[in-house]
Amino acid sequence: MASNKNKPAHRVVVLVATRKGAWLFHGDAQRKSWRADGPHFLGHIVSHVVLDPRDGRTLLAAAKTGHLGPTVFRSTNFGRSWKEAARPPAFAKAAEGQVGRAVDHTFWLTPAHASQPGVWYAGTSPQGLFRSADGGVSWEPFSPINEDPQYREWMGTVQDGTPDGPKLHSIIVDPRDPAHLLFAMSGGGVHESVDGGRSFKPLVKGMEVVGGFDPSTITFHDPHCVRLCPSRPDRLYQQNHCGIYRLDQPSDEWVRIGKKMPKRVGDIGFPMVVHPRDADTAWVFPMDGTSVWPRTSPQGKPAAYVTRNAGKTWQRQDTGLPPDQAWWTVKRQAMSADAHDPLGLYFGTTSGELWGSRNEGARWACIARHLPEIYAVEVAELQ
Amino acid sequence: MKVLIPSALQSYTGQAWVEAQGDTVGAVLDDLDRQYAGIRFRMIDEQDRMRANMRFFVGGAATFDLAQPLRPTDTLHIVQALSGG
Repeated sequence: MASNKNKPAHRVVVLVATRKGAWLFHGDAQRKSWRADGPHFLGHIVSHVVLDPRDGRTLLAAAKTGHLGPTVFRSTNFGRSWKEAARPPAFAKAAEGQVGRAVDHTFWLTPAHASQPGVWYAGTSPQGLFRSADGGVSWEPFSPINEDPQYREWMGTVQDGTPDGPKLHSIIVDPRDPAHLLFAMSGGGVHESVDGGRSFKPLVKGMEVVGGFDPSTITFHDPHCVRLCPSRPDRLYQQNHCGIYRLDQPSDEWVRIGKKMPKRVGDIGFPMVVHPRDADTAWVFPMDGTSVWPRTSPQGKPAAYVTRNAGKTWQRQDTGLPPDQAWWTVKRQAMSADAHDPLGLYFGTTSGELWGSRNEGARWACIARHLPEIYAVEVAELQ
Repeated sequence: MKVLIPSALQSYTGQAWVEAQGDTVGAVLDDLDRQYAGIRFRMIDEQDRMRANMRFFVGGAATFDLAQPLRPTDTLHIVQALSGG
């Protein structure tokens, strides 16, 4: 594994999106103390805040309120001021006599390939895929999937979705090839394009579905979070409604690596984090997916689990976390890593706590508490 | 005509009462959007449906029709309906 020790230290800023606004937590050089910048958009439901790594200063934030429609805010000075998108993601107007879909909220933001400055992708609820070519100022429906009858069938209905609506998430751009794209749908599987989004096809072989249902039916597949390994882009990890998986392309078959997790913890959860330099290392944050799906830490004892061998074995990482009676969990986009060596990990909880580790999960410390419910945690690294 | 803007949208207008022109509710909202870019989409979705919990009143009477005619002397009240206790 390549070392990062001799590279200049980048300051870490943790971008936290919550049910009531966004915060930017600026770390010191040691990542020990943190300065809170926020709230931004107090009262807005913020699903995702992401830095454009191609310019190091543009932030996009996906937001709505309980009453107002969805929008995307854009800052070109790292949050000192924000301007609303001129045309936020919106579906095409339906033909006369037909019932068209309306974006309830933009859920996921992904910068496009390094060779495509200003290009972004967005995933929405209900499930739709959108693209901006001007840095997030204006957005258009992207690829045929939003209106494709087969994809619409696979997307299912709102009743098939998560409690606050089905979501298109985990939009992934292959760092080797801007035309190689992937996305996942909370109800509707993982999908891949090798032609820049002109067409997609399902990538679900090997993935399990809820007992009694047919895994060949795409709509029954519920991926929670998919990540590509930057150091080995043929490798994908996935946290799914039905376990933890790894895919090593050119194979098209996912392998359920979560079966090696402790039985009393299980392999259900939402987030998936990969190591930026070591494709054998990945983290999950399990939750209770039994009975009525409490979506809490199993037994009220939160822990991350790490694999250092691509899923052959898993180790529990709970030092510093509450030992018991902690009934929160971590949502699908609320856990992330920096690129330091040793790597830093960060996660936000449904109870509004932000936690971090400076040593790859060996020990955790609480960075902030009493925030609103945390929806997303992303890491920005500044020179 | 005078238009009452709810507090959640005053970040666009800077004030509660604004002037807008149009001979229908939809036309007035279009004029508002010309003056305050982005404000219409927060109230009306891409299928030209009023968003849930956004309510429109003309002369004290609720309207759910963007095509409802308006007179220059009318007043349009835009209100966020309560969505909880």
